[in-house]
Amino acid sequence: MQYLKKYPKLFQWLFLLIVFFALCFAIEVPETYKFIRGQAEFVKDPNQSVYFFLGKEVRYYAFDVFWRLPPLLGWLPIWINDSLFFLMNEWMPMEFWNEDTQEFKTRPLLLQISRNLTAFMTFLIELIREILLGGLETIVAFTSWDFIDAYPWLELPGLPWTIVAAGAAILSYKLSGKGLALFAGLTMIYISIFGQWKPSMQTLSFILVAAPLSFIFGLGLGIAAYKSKRVEKALYPILLVMQTMPQYAVLVPALVLFGVGDHAAVIITMVVAVPPMILLTILGLRAIPPEVIEAGRMSGCTNWQLMLKVLIPTARRDILIGVNQVIMVCFSMAVISAFIGAKGLGFNLLLALNQLNIGLALEAGLCISLIAILLDKMSLAWANKQTDYFGNLTFFQRNKNTIFFAASVLIGIVLAYIGTFIFKGSFNYLFEVPHNKGISTADFWNKGVDWIFDTFFVYIKAFNTWLIVDVLQPMRALYLRMPAVATLVLAVGAGYLIGGIRSALVVAALTLFIALSPWWDRALVTLYMATFGVIVSCLIGFTVGTLCFQNKKSAAFMLGVCDIFQTFPSFVYLIPVMMLFGITDTSVLIAVIVYATIPATRYTIEGLRSVPVGLHEAATMSGVNKFQRLTKIEFPLAFPHMMLGLNQTIVFALFMVIIGAFIGTEDLGQYILKALSDKNGAGIGLTLGICVAFIGLIFDNLIRTWVGKRKKHLGID
Amino acid sequence: MSETVIKCESVYKIFGQNAKKMLEEANGNVDAKTFQEKGCIVGVNNASFEVAKGEMLVVMGLSGSGKSTLLRCISRLTDATGGKIFIEGQDLLELNNKELIELRRSKMGMVFQSFALLPHKTVVENIAFPLQIKGTNTEDSINRAMEMVKLVGLDGRENYFPRELSGGQQQRVGIARSLAVEPDIWFLDEPFSALDPLIRKEMQDEFLRLQEKLQKTIMFITHDFDEALKLADRIAIMKDGIIEQLDTPANIVLNPATEYVRKFTEEVPREKVLIIEDVMDALSKDNLGDLKVSKDEIIENVAEKILTQEKLVGVVDSNNNIVGSIKPSKIIDTVFGGRKNGS
Repeated sequence: MQYLKKYPKLFQWLFLLIVFFALCFAIEVPETYKFIRGQAEFVKDPNQSVYFFLGKEVRYYAFDVFWRLPPLLGWLPIWINDSLFFLMNEWMPMEFWNEDTQEFKTRPLLLQISRNLTAFMTFLIELIREILLGGLETIVAFTSWDFIDAYPWLELPGLPWTIVAAGAAILSYKLSGKGLALFAGLTMIYISIFGQWKPSMQTLSFILVAAPLSFIFGLGLGIAAYKSKRVEKALYPILLVMQTMPQYAVLVPALVLFGVGDHAAVIITMVVAVPPMILLTILGLRAIPPEVIEAGRMSGCTNWQLMLKVLIPTARRDILIGVNQVIMVCFSMAVISAFIGAKGLGFNLLLALNQLNIGLALEAGLCISLIAILLDKMSLAWANKQTDYFGNLTFFQRNKNTIFFAASVLIGIVLAYIGTFIFKGSFNYLFEVPHNKGISTADFWNKGVDWIFDTFFVYIKAFNTWLIVDVLQPMRALYLRMPAVATLVLAVGAGYLIGGIRSALVVAALTLFIALSPWWDRALVTLYMATFGVIVSCLIGFTVGTLCFQNKKSAAFMLGVCDIFQTFPSFVYLIPVMMLFGITDTSVLIAVIVYATIPATRYTIEGLRSVPVGLHEAATMSGVNKFQRLTKIEFPLAFPHMMLGLNQTIVFALFMVIIGAFIGTEDLGQYILKALSDKNGAGIGLTLGICVAFIGLIFDNLIRTWVGKRKKHLGID
Repeated sequence: MSETVIKCESVYKIFGQNAKKMLEEANGNVDAKTFQEKGCIVGVNNASFEVAKGEMLVVMGLSGSGKSTLLRCISRLTDATGGKIFIEGQDLLELNNKELIELRRSKMGMVFQSFALLPHKTVVENIAFPLQIKGTNTEDSINRAMEMVKLVGLDGRENYFPRELSGGQQQRVGIARSLAVEPDIWFLDEPFSALDPLIRKEMQDEFLRLQEKLQKTIMFITHDFDEALKLADRIAIMKDGIIEQLDTPANIVLNPATEYVRKFTEEVPREKVLIIEDVMDALSKDNLGDLKVSKDEIIENVAEKILTQEKLVGVVDSNNNIVGSIKPSKIIDTVFGGRKNGS
């Protein structure tokens, strides 16, 4: 009894667990229950039950409601599909002038808007692509095919790769210094020599369109949300869901709305990249000291002047960090949107992975990672760059970068021209190294993979079998054995114990949505993979983080490593694991673990670092040893921040599990992938995405609430 | 008295929902406690005063006393909940946005506790900022800003960024910026509080030198009573949004109106604050010695001379006419007498 009084929370948790397990044992597995594989849900089966809602037929396998809830939301994907179809094809038909046929044509409004938007995006992408690679679409867009036939010399010639490389190096030098300039130059030369120039420039042009557009929209919406509480309230739930929504899932509706190709990819990339930009804009504007705003007002600023001359420049750093985020998301999407026909490195990567040509995949992956790291470093350097004063410099000093660039353009053109004489009859390598004509190491890598496989096959296979048979399958079975009611009780109970009635309600709503969707079983599989990944990642991350923290240099080094790893587009992680483990769940899980260990490590180090120096000194003066200091002072204080790391780890793990569907898993991700090739996939894809997002949000809500309380209790932050 | 520049008539600032309605219902009888129970916080409670042209009014109070809120009402960075504020006869609360901006651009300057400089602009660009906002062309505004740079003694650092300057230097920039448009009214919100004591003293002297030259109408906010005594023509002491006493430094030290004000005055070295005029007696011809002192002398400066006298000391005005007299013992009374522990 006295223990009960001393640790009331502990007993409440124990009670919750007892109820949970009691429910698990009390509710039998129905005899008819089996995990449904493939598309069985969509096949008509006399054993299925049926209900109608809004005129839609929803078929499902009925079980005891305590075991699995009926899919009362089963109509939602169908309804989304129908609504989309209706909006696109029937809603508000209007007369539009058709340029090609020279007549008015009746089209639904939304379709017309979508087509116009698409055309605009295509134009932008083509424009940049042709500046980098040459071409004639842009000229045609302004004139006509006949015109270009008459004046063939009007075709844009494209920039020689030497100029792009020099430009990248000069810009890097200006932003950061020699180191980055060298890296930029080498990256570009590498890309060119290895024959990845064309796809790289395609990817780059995609990013050069998507990133600025995302920036503009994000900044605009961020400012609107900063100015108006109402806008912020409206945006907030969308931002929240988008943060945990797997990027895959948004592809499907985009497919319906905008079709296949680079333009659809740009639009969907914007959908994904705008939310972090909005968040960072709001964050930056909120962080401005109120006195600075008052100083602006007292200087007699109008609202516009205040925004443009005081607020935005003062929040510059956060806004530029937003730009950095946008660029990173764009790279990630550059690969993923290859699924809906975006050209470039992502497409090559996907193709190579599909053909199991690991060598080619590795080359494409390396290229995209190098460009990502380069742009990441450049944008960060830009964000951290302090403005310099140029007033008392000479003309040359002020404009030296421009002059150097102009010179390199000239030299590049001359070189390319000379090249036409050197490489007569073959490809002009000083202008552009064509795809597949550069040096390729693919064979080497493929042979290496083969060798590894041949040599270590027995061990890898043994490990694989052990992991799957002894660990993963039992774990999966346990998760699937949970009755829906027990899971609900556990989730809601945890919500109540952590955050009171409010958290309990939020968690209940989120869990119910998943439970009432047709994909509860799949969600459980997703959850089991994520859980496994998160547990291992946290073990590794917390250990590595704590060890690295013991030394300042190693801590800084580890954070740097985390930075670089985080820059890789998530898809790239699949390449090495497929090299080693082939197409199995093990591969996915290892990719998940590698990917999700990044935030676990980072937050551990950051958390331990944030312990105030004063406390360290106080501890040292009380005569604690290193271990005591770690367990008694650093861990308790760093724990809330480490829990935020756990939150990130969960989000990362979920992302990777979903992407792992590409290798072939049986979770929600697999269905999202399927929805991509299904003409009625939009609703399914979106609903699945929301399900995954909600899994993330359940943990997000619980962890954040706990951390908030804990931090308040400890009086930090 | 010369013309009034700032005039407040029972100004209230109450934070919270329905503040306006509650204020009307209270009917001029605002009690902070009852308001707080209803979820409102009283920032400024019935403030009425006037500031004359060229006068420096120092508003002194501890944190949370409402002094900064009062200043923000008068600069209309926040709208007062009730009452009237007149700036040179213009009803401030009646101004529309455009007129308000115009007023700030031409008549008001403000200095902030945390300097509030724009991090992306150099010293000279920061100072020129209000001018450029107003639409002055670049060359004129930079020229004018350079004059201000010289005025506050930052020549040679005009191309530095705020992050490269010390706190004192940053505040000099803040001061220069607030003066760039040649405002008539100068608001200073704890301008020296973020500085360390030595720099603070230096800046106070510098500030007095500037004021001597510029003769602005000033509202100066501080939580430092000594600073208030040193700078003020008149001091307003605030507590919980209410102005407890508004008077000259000498009167506040000699006749604290409330217990709260008395606590501040207890530890004040009177000989450094009071001038002879504050303590002199009426003129009496008897027993008048040879020594004459000016009525505007601070006691500390002449105390030694007076104390060596046995007869009464004559007090003269600026035209050398005798206007009063002072007993040497009065000096001792003044310095030691008024204190709690000293007597």
